[in-house]
Amino acid sequence: MSSIGTGYDLSVTTFSPDGRVFQIEYAAKAVDNSGTVVAIKCKDGVVMGVEKLIASKMMLPGSNRRIHSVHRHSGMGVAGLAADGRQIVARAKSEATNYEKFVFSLVGFLCLYFTSSVKLGVYGEPIPVKELAERVASYVHLCTLYWWLRPFGCGVILGGYDRDGPQLYMVEPSGISYRYFGAAIGKGRQAAKTEIEKLKLSEMTCRQGVIEVAKIIYGVHDEAKDKAFELEMSWVCDESNRQHQKPLNVPTIRVPGSDDVLEEAKTAAKAALEEMDAD
Amino acid sequence: MNVADSAPAMNNLIGSDADSQRTLYPYVTGTSVVGIKYKDGILLAADMGDYLACHDSGSYGSTLRYKTVERMKSVGKHSIIGASGEISDFQEIMRYLDELILYDNMWDDGNSFGPKEVHNYLTRVMYNRRNKFNPLWNSLVLGGVKNGQKYLGTVNMIGVHYEDNHVATGFGNHLSRPILRDEWHENLTFEEGVKLLEKCMRVLLYRDRSAVNKLQIAKITEEGVTISQPYSLKTFWNFAAFQNPTVGAEGSW
Repeated sequence: MSSIGTGYDLSVTTFSPDGRVFQIEYAAKAVDNSGTVVAIKCKDGVVMGVEKLIASKMMLPGSNRRIHSVHRHSGMGVAGLAADGRQIVARAKSEATNYEKFVFSLVGFLCLYFTSSVKLGVYGEPIPVKELAERVASYVHLCTLYWWLRPFGCGVILGGYDRDGPQLYMVEPSGISYRYFGAAIGKGRQAAKTEIEKLKLSEMTCRQGVIEVAKIIYGVHDEAKDKAFELEMSWVCDESNRQHQKPLNVPTIRVPGSDDVLEEAKTAAKAALEEMDAD
Repeated sequence: MNVADSAPAMNNLIGSDADSQRTLYPYVTGTSVVGIKYKDGILLAADMGDYLACHDSGSYGSTLRYKTVERMKSVGKHSIIGASGEISDFQEIMRYLDELILYDNMWDDGNSFGPKEVHNYLTRVMYNRRNKFNPLWNSLVLGGVKNGQKYLGTVNMIGVHYEDNHVATGFGNHLSRPILRDEWHENLTFEEGVKLLEKCMRVLLYRDRSAVNKLQIAKITEEGVTISQPYSLKTFWNFAAFQNPTVGAEGSW
């Protein structure tokens, strides 16, 4: 499956004879080797879940976030090189804030650091998810155009809720961005996509969606290869008042209502897994 | 430009061109805000009238131009802010605060800015603007409850800030705070607190020329923020001295 692009794979500014840019494909491999990120668009919102592979037993639960809020109404789940992911999230946050309000304050100054141009787009409304996806995709693509920059080694799933309802976008290291009703990236994406296709998303609410996503993540986790993982989830739906919220997995942090949702989802997922094993 | 030298240091000096870069006088202003701590949290009161300043300084007085401006807003989950002074600067302050709260939300670490933090942030902003000779022409009251702790503070355009059990801005300092010093006590109930605030606002209504009889009360407790619908206070004008005001002076005007 993997072809050796000898000689044509040294730079992102080189095409191969069959029209491929190998560096971008290699960047995609970094995404494929990371923990699974699954997201589905339900009737009333978007639910996102991440299989956060735990590298060391000494890691504090709840650290090494993979899902980040980009604005009040949208969030981003990251797969691949975590440090690259932080950069994309920072850029997305800055785009989202500048779109709505361009405030010349100290924090705004830091935004300028990330955006190379000052976008005086004070549109006064939260950035439409489509627009945000386009800007993120265009930024990721930018880093595939110059030999002195390397492509981002991470894929990003962006879920948000704006005037046009809940939407789900995925941005790949090549800079491609499509809108989906169900998306998965990372190790278990093939299995996850199969599971998603079985679901009737148009009839599902986010409450049910959370349980389904948890089941999928527990399902695609490979016990043999990777020992421990932590489930990180988030949603943005009517129930969360169209705000991107995390049913957090840290016991000390309480978000009203959602802690139960996460625990409920985990229990249901584990039960479903046992059922499968029992067959 | 009257000076060829455009070194940045020159811009900070008070000069005729530099004047267009900084606030000289407020243009649309609101009057006093009064705040008190009570048993469950904080109560704030402010009226809804905004005056448009006269066009050239000193000739026409001012016009009551806006009668539905909300001068009290909630900030994040734990605080409310009330502002007097230039309304456009208050709107700018709200933009700063919205951005502050947004970044705090996105940080998502289980903690959120309480009234003490917001008050400190505002103090820094106000003081730094004052030092650049470009103040935000407001006096602000900042109150809130976080983890059971009540907090009530104030900061004004020159950066003077303090916290207390009861605070007020502008005329409120002179007319309302003496009343509060006598009559405020710990553990006021909500009804007692509102009555006390209404007493303060009534005095302001009688004596502050820029007060208007349409006020709102804002309440913040651990549960959240409520800002009441605007309402009016009952006033009494039937004093003997006001009857037949021209008696003894017929023929004159």
